[in-house]
Amino acid sequence: MTSEKPLLEIRGLVIEATSYPPGEAPKNVTLVHGVDVTLQKGRVLGLIGESGAGKSTIGLSSMAYGRGGVRLTGGEILLNGREIREARPATLRQIRGREVTYVSQSAAASFNPSKRLMDQVIETSLSHKIMSKPEAEARAVMLFRKLGLPSPETIGSRYPHQVSGGQLQRVMTAMALCPKPDLVIFDEPTTALDVTTQIDVLAAIKEAIQDTGVAALYITHDLAVVAQVADEIMVLRHGKKVELGTTDQIINRPAEDYTKALVSVRGIEHDEKPEAPPLLRIDCVSARYAGTTFDVLKNISIGLPAGQTLAVVGESGSGKSTLARAITGLLPPTKGRIHFDGRQLSADFAGRSRDDLRQIQMIYQMADTAMNPRQTVGTIIGRPLEFYFGLKGSARDKRVQELLDQIEMGRGFADRYPAELSGGQKQRVCIARALAAKPKLIICDEVTSALDPLVADGILKLLLELQAETQMAYLFITHDLATVRAIADKIAVMYKGEVRRYGQKSDVLAPPFDDYTDLLLSSVPEMRLGWLEEVIAHRKANGTTSGNTV
Amino acid sequence: MRIPPSALIGLILTGVFIFSAIFADLLMPYAYDLPVGTQWEGPSATHWLGTDTIGRDILSRLIKGGQITIFVALAASILSFAMGSFFGFLAAVSGGWTDQILSRVCDLMMAIPSLIVALVLLSVLPLNLTVLILVMGVLDSTRVFRLARAVAMDIAVMEYVEAAKLRGEKWGWVIFREILPNALSPLVAEFGLRFIFAVLFISTLSFLGLGVQPPLADWGGMVKENKDGLSWGISAALVPALAIALLAISVNLVADWVLSRTSSLKGGRG
Amino acid sequence: MHPIVKLLVQRIALGLVLLLAVSAVIFLGVEALPGDTAQAILGQSATPQALENLRAQMGLDQPALTRYFNWLGGVMTGDLGKALTNGVDISQAIGQRLGNTLFLAGCAAVIAVPLALILGAVAARYAGRWPDKVISAVTLTTISLPEFVAAYFVIYLLTILFPVFQPVAMVFPGMSFWAKLQAVALPVIVLVMVVLAHMMRMTRAAILNVMQSAYIETAELKGLSPMTIIWKHAFPNAIAPVISVVAINLAYLVVGVVVVEVVFSYNALGQYLVDHVTKRDLPVVQAVGLIFAAVYIGLNIIADVTAIIANPRLRHPK
Repeated sequence: MTSEKPLLEIRGLVIEATSYPPGEAPKNVTLVHGVDVTLQKGRVLGLIGESGAGKSTIGLSSMAYGRGGVRLTGGEILLNGREIREARPATLRQIRGREVTYVSQSAAASFNPSKRLMDQVIETSLSHKIMSKPEAEARAVMLFRKLGLPSPETIGSRYPHQVSGGQLQRVMTAMALCPKPDLVIFDEPTTALDVTTQIDVLAAIKEAIQDTGVAALYITHDLAVVAQVADEIMVLRHGKKVELGTTDQIINRPAEDYTKALVSVRGIEHDEKPEAPPLLRIDCVSARYAGTTFDVLKNISIGLPAGQTLAVVGESGSGKSTLARAITGLLPPTKGRIHFDGRQLSADFAGRSRDDLRQIQMIYQMADTAMNPRQTVGTIIGRPLEFYFGLKGSARDKRVQELLDQIEMGRGFADRYPAELSGGQKQRVCIARALAAKPKLIICDEVTSALDPLVADGILKLLLELQAETQMAYLFITHDLATVRAIADKIAVMYKGEVRRYGQKSDVLAPPFDDYTDLLLSSVPEMRLGWLEEVIAHRKANGTTSGNTV
Repeated sequence: MRIPPSALIGLILTGVFIFSAIFADLLMPYAYDLPVGTQWEGPSATHWLGTDTIGRDILSRLIKGGQITIFVALAASILSFAMGSFFGFLAAVSGGWTDQILSRVCDLMMAIPSLIVALVLLSVLPLNLTVLILVMGVLDSTRVFRLARAVAMDIAVMEYVEAAKLRGEKWGWVIFREILPNALSPLVAEFGLRFIFAVLFISTLSFLGLGVQPPLADWGGMVKENKDGLSWGISAALVPALAIALLAISVNLVADWVLSRTSSLKGGRG
Repeated sequence: MHPIVKLLVQRIALGLVLLLAVSAVIFLGVEALPGDTAQAILGQSATPQALENLRAQMGLDQPALTRYFNWLGGVMTGDLGKALTNGVDISQAIGQRLGNTLFLAGCAAVIAVPLALILGAVAARYAGRWPDKVISAVTLTTISLPEFVAAYFVIYLLTILFPVFQPVAMVFPGMSFWAKLQAVALPVIVLVMVVLAHMMRMTRAAILNVMQSAYIETAELKGLSPMTIIWKHAFPNAIAPVISVVAINLAYLVVGVVVVEVVFSYNALGQYLVDHVTKRDLPVVQAVGLIFAAVYIGLNIIADVTAIIANPRLRHPK
């Protein structure tokens, strides 16, 4: 196999960029430090790593392309035996689109909004004179069909804004495959999609790769996803290679500690607590946004006992975040009641007592926008202490430090501003702010979904420890079923504003399932070989043609 | 902190202008409103910048005129700022009908070019400094209103503001501790631009004979007084013209710098 | 009805409502201010009886709303009333002058628009490099200049230092087109200078905004030539914002024209307006103010309409 000359061979690649810190002189930063990549014809290599690992930058370097002022400063990039790192623009234009093509994370932004899809899909084949227009169109329709797009004959005459995100991602894959390239770079092609849509696109991409025999670089932060499509996986961190191996070896027998940590992510175990009388009880709540005519929440009835965690799961548009707004009183329900600690809460937050407000705290998805950039960490955490408990001066400072210790952040953070913290630290400060109010309930709205997996794991562990110490209840809103398994006692599955399934975790996650829960559960990528094939085979056998039913 | 050379030049020149405006009465070598020489003398040791159309010292008039130009422009931009940001914040925070009415009035005022509105108004109103400041300030407040409203709206939907409301904070804390500190830097940069606009506006009105009235001097009026000299090759009109250009450019340089600093500072500490 | 037609009708209707509101402001708003037309004509020494007679004669004793609708009716039929100062029919006085103003503004636009687009494109193409820096430094300077200051610098340069032009722009009926062009050369240069800077900066921003989109990167990664990328991918998306920029800046031109006409003693609408503001001749000021406002609003409508038409999301709804 290795006797053949490789399709792509990258040796000692160095990539640099210039950063412009405010008020300082511009400085050079190295993004990739001497990475080697070898890819044979028809093989799929997965590039995996957290944000800042340099995986997209390396992927684009195989087209000798640097995004936004990024410079390929050292090493060799051999494509089909030809060095391209320092090739002339005219040579690069010959390679790009003919030998290597690209599928981006956001197809919606990557299509020209004022041209029809078909014109964009066949553009490369025509401009490089690879085939005639009728041939290219026929091939495009064939690819549309293979990728499972609805009405493949006519979808090409639509404009980008006229098709859905999942469909657009598949059209972009067709666009990449149409000119019969040797290599396709997939840059997080399913990351922006909902989990039930992701599996369809993933299966379509995998099938298309196999049928056309094209080689691929598959870039993602999700090891379970890449395990389904790649032959080999390279783990990257801070622009350096951590480990390279076959997919089987990386996920079953990782050698490096970092890889082991990535593989065992979400390995948190949590024993389900028994049923108990609810602290928070939601009775037949419906809600709608001002000026609209349909309910975004339909007749929701769920409960959450003290000291336990209720996970509310659903995809985008399921109404799970709206539920949080209804409970906090930001969106007063049109119907139904919310009971907390044995009393009924005022529907509007403005009508609640200060103590009611204190008892229910909230943590947001984006810690960046949840903290005032002009306040120090000390002010952010100290304000609830002052506001609810009247703590001032050194008493307040002492308590702030205790809280910082509780969230495992050291001395000296109280004087810092949010912009000086890392993503994980920001989210910890938000937790401390909620903690400062000594609440009985914290609503966590997608608190880990903007974080890298290892950082997210740290946050989840912290939340579980705090719950054990303080007996707080969590209403945990998420789209990520792995998180749910890790921390929930009870689960509510939401779909289109309704609760589809609700109960103890062990009951909700055990068959028999309703159709939607089955689809949702089976769509979550599992970190083992052959999972994707099993799911697809299972669905074909059951006659559930995935995706289009949702 | 690194100050780019262009901003440094802007800062120094703006400083010189402000200094001479404040101490104008001490700096003027001659009375600004009395003839002290013959018509249109060239620059000399006694009259550094020469004399004007009726023999007044141009340097003295330039200093006094600068004081009036800067005073009127500053007063108008402070007025436009106070009005614009008050109503802008009010519209953003209260929303609903208040916002609708204020925004539509603003649209209506912006539907006609400011100069045309000013001309229509000044054909009826008496011409004095108070009226000029009021007219310019009110007309220009529409632009500040739009900016303040947009900035406040952006901040008001931020989750930290929501968190403060959910904590039970009163509106005073929400506006002064959560919204205002974050709205300040774009508004400060805008103030520079509004000031330049006011300088150009008052100069233009005075040039058209509808601004500052004689015997008071301002730069636009000085250009008007001396423009006839130009056809005989006498450059007296160019001196105040140059002063207007220099003031506008230097404030522009400073505002540009503040603006670029605040935009790269998003989320950082000021 | 196609949704885009609905949007366009809405936008144009909104413009007309705005124009009506503006006419009300110009008429009624001014009425509400202190000052009395009859007093303005007769002066402070007039007897109360004389004032009373004049008011009755001019219809000033009728309620303001009645007079507004009479005035509006007159405007609709082309009757703008008579000037207070000399009793000349305003519509007639405006006719010839409006032509002169449009000629001046038109000449400036014909030069400024293509020049601004080319320079804007060049600045965007070399963003951050020296051609861009030179262009931005120069335009930043011209933006800081009021029209009359720019005008006197140009006059000094081109009539005193290098005497190639006349400092006064006289046009009169019967002049040949070529002679007219020569006469307006200086004011046109000044107007071009003033409007060019804004138009160029906005064009640059509009083009850069398009060039930084992800679909341009897609086109680059398709291996398309720079010309193909610009013509097929950038241009169709940049055209709407650029047309909007042009329309908005032509509206600025309307204001610039007023001052430049005064500087060059060019006998046209702006000069006429300023003259009669000084004379406090309200009917003339109201009529000319309304014309300027109408042109301004019209150009802004054009800007919005092109933006609507060029938006593929609106042209091809789901």
